Amino acid sequence: MRDATAIVGIGQTAFSKHHVDSELSLACQAISLALDDAGIAASEVDGLASSVMEPNREVEVARSVGLGDITFFSQVGYGGGAACGIVGHAAMAVATGQCDVAVAWRARKRAAKTSRPWAQVSQRVADKSMWSRPFGLLRPVDEIAMLTRRYMHEYAATRDHLANVALGARRHANLNPNATMHDKALTRAEYMNARWISEPLCLFDNCLETDGALAVVITSAKRARDLRQQPAMVHAFAQGLPQQHQTMTNYFCDDPLRGPAWTAARKLWGTADLGPKDVDVAQFYDAFSPLIPLSLEGYGFCDRGEGASFTDDGQIEIGGRLPVNTSGGGMSEAYVHGFNLILEAVRQIRGTSTCQVTNAEVSLVTSGEGVPTSALLLTKER
Amino acid sequence: MSATESPDDILPDLDEPGSLPFWQGCAVGELRVQRCVDCELVTHPPRPMCPGCRSIEREWIATSGFGKIWSFINVHPPLLPAYSPLAPFPVIIVELEENPKIRFVGNLVAAPGAPINSVAAASISIGQRVRVTFELVQDVTLPRWVLAD
Repeated sequence: MRDATAIVGIGQTAFSKHHVDSELSLACQAISLALDDAGIAASEVDGLASSVMEPNREVEVARSVGLGDITFFSQVGYGGGAACGIVGHAAMAVATGQCDVAVAWRARKRAAKTSRPWAQVSQRVADKSMWSRPFGLLRPVDEIAMLTRRYMHEYAATRDHLANVALGARRHANLNPNATMHDKALTRAEYMNARWISEPLCLFDNCLETDGALAVVITSAKRARDLRQQPAMVHAFAQGLPQQHQTMTNYFCDDPLRGPAWTAARKLWGTADLGPKDVDVAQFYDAFSPLIPLSLEGYGFCDRGEGASFTDDGQIEIGGRLPVNTSGGGMSEAYVHGFNLILEAVRQIRGTSTCQVTNAEVSLVTSGEGVPTSALLLTKER
Repeated sequence: MSATESPDDILPDLDEPGSLPFWQGCAVGELRVQRCVDCELVTHPPRPMCPGCRSIEREWIATSGFGKIWSFINVHPPLLPAYSPLAPFPVIIVELEENPKIRFVGNLVAAPGAPINSVAAASISIGQRVRVTFELVQDVTLPRWVLAD
């Protein structure tokens, strides 16, 4: 499927802590904006891809937006690991001819019950959480904090490294008028003095909680050439579910710090004719700051244990060795299960980011590390 | 109810046959893991088929109950109501002494029966040797850990 398809339209609602509009309305608005951006009629859409956790069903979205006859629809699982997979499934469907114009989207409201499964847990648990929640390991942040402590122990990583991630994202968000944290500076002292959530992780190691929706339109490379936007070619796509992996509580395998990123990366680079050294800009899923060093290692930008020091000296900020999360990411732009990272990866190819990497031609975006995951490598038409 | 107990505690579902022998083991003072009858591969958490040889003949064996702290966190609010009054409290992962690839999430307590916030997180370090103990919470016996030696 290399270079067979392209992202040709992007759309997003405003990000907010309390949207009045329903999740269905938000989804429809984002899709409508993406279709207008692409210059494609709603009636031409014949493929849909979304998240297993998406609150809006295809039938409702299609009826409201006025989509055409749908011949492909698919959902991808595993929460924050899904976003690139959603776009990838849509791209595969276009590449194989199961549809001609696909829409991939994500809509989410932070107050919605489906957004916080950890708080909905019943008093008796029969699934994999039986081995963690009865001991007070309750929230996603607790599950990742456990891996973080071990990572810090094995590789002499420090809170300063995690602060590098939080501060870099904030500086990028300060350039992005659509970012939730556009007007709020963050200093290292504020980071160090912030309250703990799950030690070793503090408040600023956590992503935001956001109401909003985003959508992209995908079609063939051939069609993309005739459309109004600079296409972001889907050069490579991969999912990753390593052997013996357990989602979030990945403590029961031989090497818990070697997460799904490694599996997705092997397939991604194996199907691309590019490698990590060719990447101009990266959007790494960042529900929690330690996922950045883990992703830098997993996707091959440095060796194991070097992800923490890779964040030093502004190397992951604009102007640095590998600018990361240039919209502010989940930590400072918006947290919509990582879907906003995909739109920023497209903007970097178009040259329209508020934190633009000069002449960016190769743009990586990943979904959640620590859960079955996915990644996309987008390029300019070459 | 014990000192640490709340009616809102999250507890394992004892109607789950695949994991019930683990909790039955705790109730008789054994920390058990699942083993394949055919190839003797030990796995935890349990599963219905051996990932080594695909046998479905499963058995449960008692472990030594000794291990080392592999990682730990200190949990702060916001939390579910049942756990808020105990915060901050540490949660640990223990790697089993005789098979370090077998790990358990659990709680380090000052003494058998002490609450899960009875050990300060600042005193915990990776590599500390621990041994299992048990506490009855409602109708479920949970494994807890105390420092060994």
